[in-house]
Amino acid sequence: MAAKPHGGKLVERIEKKERREEAKEMPRKDISIDEARDSANIAHVVFSPLEGYMVREDFENVLIHGRLSNDLPWTIPIVMDVDREEIDKILEGDDIALFYNDAPIATMKVEEIFPYDKKGYATKVYKTESMEHPGVAQLFEKKNFLIGGKINLLNDVPTKFPNYKLWPKETRILFKARGWETIVGFQTRNAPHVGHEYVQKTALTFVDGLFINPLIGKKKKGDFKDEIIIATCEALFKNYYPKDAATIAILETEMRYAGPREAIFHAIIRKNYGCTHFIVGRDHAGVGNFYGPYEAQEIFYEDPDLGITPLFFESFFYCKKCGSVVNEKICPHGKEDRINFSGTKIREMLLQGRRLPEAMMRPEVADVILKAENPFVGA
Amino acid sequence: MGEEKKFTTVSIPTPLFKKIEERIKGTGFTSVPSYVTYILRELIAETEEEEEEPFTKEDEERIKERLRALGYLD
Ligand SMILES: [Zn+2]
Repeated sequence: MAAKPHGGKLVERIEKKERREEAKEMPRKDISIDEARDSANIAHVVFSPLEGYMVREDFENVLIHGRLSNDLPWTIPIVMDVDREEIDKILEGDDIALFYNDAPIATMKVEEIFPYDKKGYATKVYKTESMEHPGVAQLFEKKNFLIGGKINLLNDVPTKFPNYKLWPKETRILFKARGWETIVGFQTRNAPHVGHEYVQKTALTFVDGLFINPLIGKKKKGDFKDEIIIATCEALFKNYYPKDAATIAILETEMRYAGPREAIFHAIIRKNYGCTHFIVGRDHAGVGNFYGPYEAQEIFYEDPDLGITPLFFESFFYCKKCGSVVNEKICPHGKEDRINFSGTKIREMLLQGRRLPEAMMRPEVADVILKAENPFVGA
Repeated sequence: MGEEKKFTTVSIPTPLFKKIEERIKGTGFTSVPSYVTYILRELIAETEEEEEEPFTKEDEERIKERLRALGYLD
């Protein structure tokens, strides 16, 4: 049986149709594409049990305890920032409309407007105040107040990849229809190399189904572009995976690069899609050298009540002596016999238009990247 | 943000406290409160009641239709 949504209940927050007209008369707040996507994530159970943007009590408990005010594990603040000018026009108790690109996306019942301490936020969530950290840099650009309250979705947010977009209600029915009782979720923001494939297939050996769930949304310079991530995952899937035991759908939210805390957040999201297990690799959701290589695994020992089982993996590499793809745990040979799947090295080779050895990347995957004019964000 | 207000005190017998102190030596737990919190959360999660998923037949059929159209189901 698929995992229950986080919080135990599946609650969708979809606004009644007649409210669409009313929304046009409400005080209006314009939001970014990332906020629009997260509003849809709240409404469609991806962020269950959240029913809106966090009020102060939840926000502070998340920072201090990594939990909501009802003690459920939750590690990343889901907040809506506003500036002083905006709060001059919005009052606690108001119904407001959230607009993206001139389209009303959601209504919000404003429960609380409050100031917050960005340094405290950065230290708790990112474990650093360094502006070199992309999450911290972004946080310090945010406006100085937060506005919390429940939302209801009016309209779906446009997506570039409608054929890959499934909500938790849909994945749950999909898993059930396929007869999967145990499902492992895999988070990715990469074009898959052979190391990723081995992690996924090793995990799949022990469960009924594999849910490959690429993260689509704002990323940092040098990361793979969204369309490349999807096309490469699809190329690998089509050529090397059993169709009845694996599937791909996207998650649209931004990367926070919060390492250990984001690993818990990513696990909760996959629990909401119905996964019973979640793969946590080396330096999950990390950036630079801000987190230790296995910190994102260690944090799971703090939450016995998470409700999804993490599967911890060490990185895979190709060992010439073993003649196969292995990891530290199962290969006794030395560094001199190994070819590592280093993301940096792979990117360098691809930027030079060079084909990677088949031991590192499947040719069908490499083809997708080499054919693209520019496979990386902002490069 | 008033961090001290986010904790409260529970009294437990001193011998139990000492026993736990001994028990957690050399484990990943760094204090009696963190151990007790962990055990209580584990216990509460085990006894939580679960609700049924609220899918109506129509919901399920409509969703299956979409899944078939997208190629997720045969
Ligand atoms: Zn070896």
